Amino acid sequence: MLELKGLSKHFGGVRAVDSLDLNVPQGEVFGLIGPNGSGKSTVVNLVCGLFPATAGQVLLRNEDITGLASHVRVARGVTRTFQNIRLFGQLSVWQNLWVAQNAVEHRSENFLRRWLGGPGRAREEIDRILEFSDLSGKRDELAGNLAFGEQRRLELARAIVAKPALLLLDEPAAGMNAEEIDQLDARIRKLKQDGLTVLLIEHHMELVMAVTDRIAVLNFGQKIAEGTPDEVQTNRLVQEAYLGVAEAA
Amino acid sequence: MDFYLGLAQIVGVHTLLGLSAYCVLLTGQVSLAQAGFFAIGAYVAAMLTVLAGWHILPAIVAASFVAGVVACAVGFPALRVKGLMLVVATLAFGEAVRLFFFNFDYQVARGEVKIGPAGGEGFRQIRFFPEHGWSTLDVLLFIWLFVALVMAALWWMDRSRAGAVLRAVGEDEVAAQSAGINVTAVKVAAMTVGGLIAGLGGGIFAHYTAHIEHAQFGVALATFAIAYPILGGLSSVFGTLIAVIFVQGFLIEGLRFLGDWRNLLFGGLILLAMNVRPRGLIDAATIAAIKRMRVRNREPGNARTEGAE
Repeated sequence: MLELKGLSKHFGGVRAVDSLDLNVPQGEVFGLIGPNGSGKSTVVNLVCGLFPATAGQVLLRNEDITGLASHVRVARGVTRTFQNIRLFGQLSVWQNLWVAQNAVEHRSENFLRRWLGGPGRAREEIDRILEFSDLSGKRDELAGNLAFGEQRRLELARAIVAKPALLLLDEPAAGMNAEEIDQLDARIRKLKQDGLTVLLIEHHMELVMAVTDRIAVLNFGQKIAEGTPDEVQTNRLVQEAYLGVAEAA
Repeated sequence: MDFYLGLAQIVGVHTLLGLSAYCVLLTGQVSLAQAGFFAIGAYVAAMLTVLAGWHILPAIVAASFVAGVVACAVGFPALRVKGLMLVVATLAFGEAVRLFFFNFDYQVARGEVKIGPAGGEGFRQIRFFPEHGWSTLDVLLFIWLFVALVMAALWWMDRSRAGAVLRAVGEDEVAAQSAGINVTAVKVAAMTVGGLIAGLGGGIFAHYTAHIEHAQFGVALATFAIAYPILGGLSSVFGTLIAVIFVQGFLIEGLRFLGDWRNLLFGGLILLAMNVRPRGLIDAATIAAIKRMRVRNREPGNARTEGAE
């Protein structure tokens, strides 16, 4: 589904991502972990097109999307959530999802009806996603007035409403309590059942180990390990990256 | 009475100007180019009625169209820059337009007199209204017909998906593009609609003042254009209307008796208004309160209202 070939991003002298090769198979939940500053979020930003790559390629279904603008990639089926929540705070919950309905099937709709008409048939779909995100009671609330957990759920909902094939989740569990993380776990599993491919960046290891099929570990912008959750957990390089080399002991 | 009719005309035209900035401001862009589009609309419409002998109706529609096209063309390069740089870029455009008309000389001889724009002396004798026997009241109704049309269109747009998308871009461009919105297209579209409205306002302005010149379209007018929606708030088109009434009706005309002190007080009162109501005269809370009041009146079973009666 998603393939990165020699992908690099340099900020001045800093190699945030350094010739990274990665293959995320169709229909899997793929974990991307690593210590702070290892380049995980940069990978997400490169895949969704927020900034251009220094070198390398991003392939989606074997098509090169490296040079495409963000909104074009959304139309191709790549959507994301943000580590620090970025909702449209002055819009209602429902409007947040309405503006994000940019799937191809919506684009083909009559121009005037799509832009100047009322909610129309967009409504049913949005109601379904609100139901899925447990936000049905909040549809007319301003997004900025939601509680933290609700904002996280709304951001996930906004990423789903464009009908993605590949979903990029940038630390979706940050700041959540145990119960909310369980719900997130269930939602990710449900999305996988529906055929979505998920690239999950997360520091909460319990969630990552439970929900992913494969994991890649980044350190200083390079991949140091890849495998199933069990393989990665026992990998010596990974333990060193997280815990440091046991030289003083 | 004529004084109030004249004031209502000014309020109408300035509302159009303010609404043009409102559109652009919804996408988070502070544009000082609106006075430039207004000037283009004024000159184009006046030349069409005076030199080409058009009726005012097609003339202002054409003026609006020309200003819209210019706004679209300006939008592409200008919107590549952000924040203060955009303010400077649009300010430069507005000044360029003003200086163009300062040097624009296109006079045609009609009998003994020459008519048409005469550079720095301005464009005199825009006499469509008196020539066709329109009374001040007719002109006033004509102006407000267009104000009502534009306000209704924008009010509707605000409730459509287009309005939500404009606001989304205004709030967070990065989130908007990640939600699949073509941010550049949205910003240019807002700029174009803003140009259309400013051009329409300019076309009408030229005809009721009967004499336009470059100095009327300077930085002061551009500042007013952007001040109305900021002062009125971006929650509703009515905020802009109320801000225009407040500024033109109260601050400028209402305080005229203060003489020179007025200018001092003018700035002070705007500061005060912005401090007391930082999100504009009509903000989201005001609208929510109005909605609550309407809902309460509609529900006779409401215990609190029954008790009050």
